[in-house]
Amino acid sequence: MGNVTAVMTRPTDSRSPAELRRSRVLAIVYLVLALLVLWAFGFGSEGSATFVISRPGDAIRVGDISVPGAGLAFVVAAVLAFLGARQWMAGFGSKTNLVLAIGLGLVALSFLAWAADGASFSLVGLLQEAIKRAVPITFGAVSGLLCERTGIINIGIEGMLLGGAFTGAIVGSTLGATAAMIAAALVGGLLALLLAVLTVKYRVDQIIAGVVINIFVLGLTSFYTSQFLVANPALNNAPIMRAFGIPLLADIPLIGPVLFDQNIFVYAMYLLVAITTFTLFRTRWGLRTRAVGEKPRAADTVGINVYRTKYRNVIIGGLVAGFGGAYFTIGSVGRFDENMTAGRGFIGLAAMIFGRWHPVGAVSAALVFGLADSLQVKLGILDTPIPSEFLAMAPYLVTIVVVAGLVGRSRPPSDYTAYVKE
Amino acid sequence: MKLELKGITKRFPGVVANDHVDLEIETGEILCLLGENGAGKSTLMNILYGLYSADEGDIVIDGKVQNFAGPGDAIAAGIGMVHQHFMLVPVFTVAENVVLGVEPMRSAGILDLDEARRDVEAISNQYNLAVDPNAVIEELPVGIQQRVEIIKVLFRDAEILVFDEPTAVLTPQEVDEFFKIVDKLKQDGKGIIFITHKLKEVLEIADRIAVLRRGAVVGTADPATATESGLAEMMVGRPVDLMVHKAPSHPGEAVLSVSDLTVMNIQGRKAVDGVSFEVRRNEIVGIAGVQGNGQTELVEALTGLREVAGGTVLIQGEDHTDSNPRQIHNAGVAHVPEDRQRSGLILGFTLTENFVLDSYHAVPFSEGIKMDWKASREEANRLIEEFDVRTPSSEIPASNLSGGNQQKVIVAREFGRQVDLVIASQPTRGVDVGSIEFIHERIVSERDAGSAVLIVSTELDEVMALSDRILVMFDGRIVAEKRPEETTNAELGLYMAGAS
Ligand SMILES: Nc1ncnc2c1ncn2[C@@H]1O[C@H](COP(=O)(O)OP(=O)(O)OP(=O)(O)O)[C@@H](O)[C@H]1O
Ligand SMILES: [Mg+2]
Repeated sequence: MGNVTAVMTRPTDSRSPAELRRSRVLAIVYLVLALLVLWAFGFGSEGSATFVISRPGDAIRVGDISVPGAGLAFVVAAVLAFLGARQWMAGFGSKTNLVLAIGLGLVALSFLAWAADGASFSLVGLLQEAIKRAVPITFGAVSGLLCERTGIINIGIEGMLLGGAFTGAIVGSTLGATAAMIAAALVGGLLALLLAVLTVKYRVDQIIAGVVINIFVLGLTSFYTSQFLVANPALNNAPIMRAFGIPLLADIPLIGPVLFDQNIFVYAMYLLVAITTFTLFRTRWGLRTRAVGEKPRAADTVGINVYRTKYRNVIIGGLVAGFGGAYFTIGSVGRFDENMTAGRGFIGLAAMIFGRWHPVGAVSAALVFGLADSLQVKLGILDTPIPSEFLAMAPYLVTIVVVAGLVGRSRPPSDYTAYVKE
Repeated sequence: MKLELKGITKRFPGVVANDHVDLEIETGEILCLLGENGAGKSTLMNILYGLYSADEGDIVIDGKVQNFAGPGDAIAAGIGMVHQHFMLVPVFTVAENVVLGVEPMRSAGILDLDEARRDVEAISNQYNLAVDPNAVIEELPVGIQQRVEIIKVLFRDAEILVFDEPTAVLTPQEVDEFFKIVDKLKQDGKGIIFITHKLKEVLEIADRIAVLRRGAVVGTADPATATESGLAEMMVGRPVDLMVHKAPSHPGEAVLSVSDLTVMNIQGRKAVDGVSFEVRRNEIVGIAGVQGNGQTELVEALTGLREVAGGTVLIQGEDHTDSNPRQIHNAGVAHVPEDRQRSGLILGFTLTENFVLDSYHAVPFSEGIKMDWKASREEANRLIEEFDVRTPSSEIPASNLSGGNQQKVIVAREFGRQVDLVIASQPTRGVDVGSIEFIHERIVSERDAGSAVLIVSTELDEVMALSDRILVMFDGRIVAEKRPEETTNAELGLYMAGAS
């Protein structure tokens, strides 16, 4: 061939049209955020915010950091603009969600510096709270993915968390904390058994079955709270699990108090994520679980009992959610209030999707939501021009934005239709 | 090992799929099972494999009656099966799929995937089944996926292997390779039950032949003396004309004009690379080629299912380069997609719903926002009758039909209305001889009625018999254009392999 002149066409882009569109949308979001940060926080801050990193009792003390709000905003805006440009041109491939999470974190940081302008603000406190608030969301998300990996959508997580919380309060008040945790997990497992019977055996629509569980638990716990717990306050006075530091690790500045000076629920969350990640991807149980979810008939033809696998996983998911629910009472405030989970189960489902049905992804997403949640609490204390009602919306707002717009189309790992054996 | 099926009967609502079937097979022989679509072949094999339970009858191995509660028991008894629709987990690797259910382990439930990979390599070397144990299934062509299915069965030490229409999805070259493997399995003393609709293959490979019709065994034949037409008649119950009869074509004006069309595949590489051709009225153009040379993407682009990266598509002179499927449908185009279960049917919908899937939004099937189910059912019953779809009623889900009957539902829907252009991919995949005859006649009569027809098939015989003009596709380009009377299978085969 004599024709060797290279034809200059569009640079080859390996992204599919759908990915490309999503990249464009994301890039615009980054740029809008950059402008917002620049305009609201950059030009809106005059002095410096003081971030407190150590607590009075810490072994190694680190001085406070004073951050000029305007300067930080300019840097963050520049980084966001860079991310936006990079997203537009090349994208971040499989790291898209991770980069997005980091970007949102930076916005949050800049926002903080602006909100705490001229005052001092405890970063340790904020992050510690963020981790705590990520606990029920993570338990919900992992419960959800354990079920969904076998092809059952668990909308009933909210109800399982609430059931766990209620059980935790009553059993905790009467028999103590250990019994409370076990009982809460069992209640979650029982509710999950109901879900499994409805969806696997009777092939009830999975969404409807889940909603039924939510309404059932909400109604039941609300009824007993007003009829029973109000009259017997002694039954709603559970012990609260105290924080304890892990030797050595807890002494690391910032990271120590944030990650390793927490109560048992936080440590249980670390374990949960590690164990589910390992078992899902490294064990026989995990391989079979994923096979049943992805293609039940294929699993059936190699002799795997599809129904049993679904039952088992849904029940394990329920145990996880029930245990996580106990966090609301014995892990946090020690008493049960009507509907105290306030949609955390649904946020857990959002975290599961944002985390692409992977435990590590799920906990990362839960941390983003946890941060939004704790910002809302901590900023209430500071004197900001934003009304507190708006701050209270933060976690839900983040959920909507993330799920509706930014995660893109995630392919669920499962075939959710009821499996019928001849 | 000797396997006997005795008096097997299986009833589904409205059909007797198997009616007191008796069959035997011994290790070291190849038994071919023939029968028209819906005759009950897959059902019988699923019973043998423990996937369905028989209503009556026994499975006997070496004189002992078996009681299979599920495929696990059948596998343990030495039975393996490669299903008509593959049973592989698309996101798993080859090694993971092969060991699923009998996983090698390090200890306490922890997978040993290195061992799994070594096992796959050992079998693939022994039987010449080249495959990369680390490849992910959904990225593999069907021919390789089938090798994985075979490795899966061998890994479980099966003595009797069932192949349910293994060659329906293979190219001629792959079929040859497959037969070599089957032969080797036989030499190694395995027993093989082989289901196919291709009579030529039966005569080539069978030791014994059994024919099923409407659920019952209607006869056996000896491959040494049997003929294709004799077998066809036995299957269908009437003489079948295996030839396509058509008058010479007198093409009119162009209905489809494609110029310089470029289309990307999912990985973003060029799958169709600057292709130009025309299909005219009263003309059948056949595209031959080995699977995976851009035919799929070409058809998807022509039917609005895939974005066009460059070039133009004109249908009756109008630009339809970026039209969506409905616009193209409304322009008078019928489309038979290559993968019936993925893009031809909604398996959970009833036949009626599937029949009006392309026209439910218009009179007579709906008025305003209200569906007219009566008119829809009438249309469904008309098509079922005309296209001889074997089903107890129009109101059962499409998933309950046999593979070939599912195909007929699609062909009936697409050919059941007036069109100017027919685009058909693998129109007779998995369809029995009687129905192939019928579908081929329909295609020719569409042409004679003035339609332009584009056939894409990996079946060389089909392309040769139907086409007025043949285009050969290789690596995204059209590398040859021939008239069937001036070429041979061998010459086309060379072009398909990339010679130019
Ligand atoms: N799951 C099912 N539910 C109801 N009916 C079924 C089911 N599976 C098969 N049938 C019916 O049983 C009959 C036999 O089907 P089968 O799949 O065994 O045919 P086949 O001989 O394999 O045909 P093909 O050559 O088209 O694959 C058909 O009439 C079919 O409609
Ligand atoms: Mg079949």
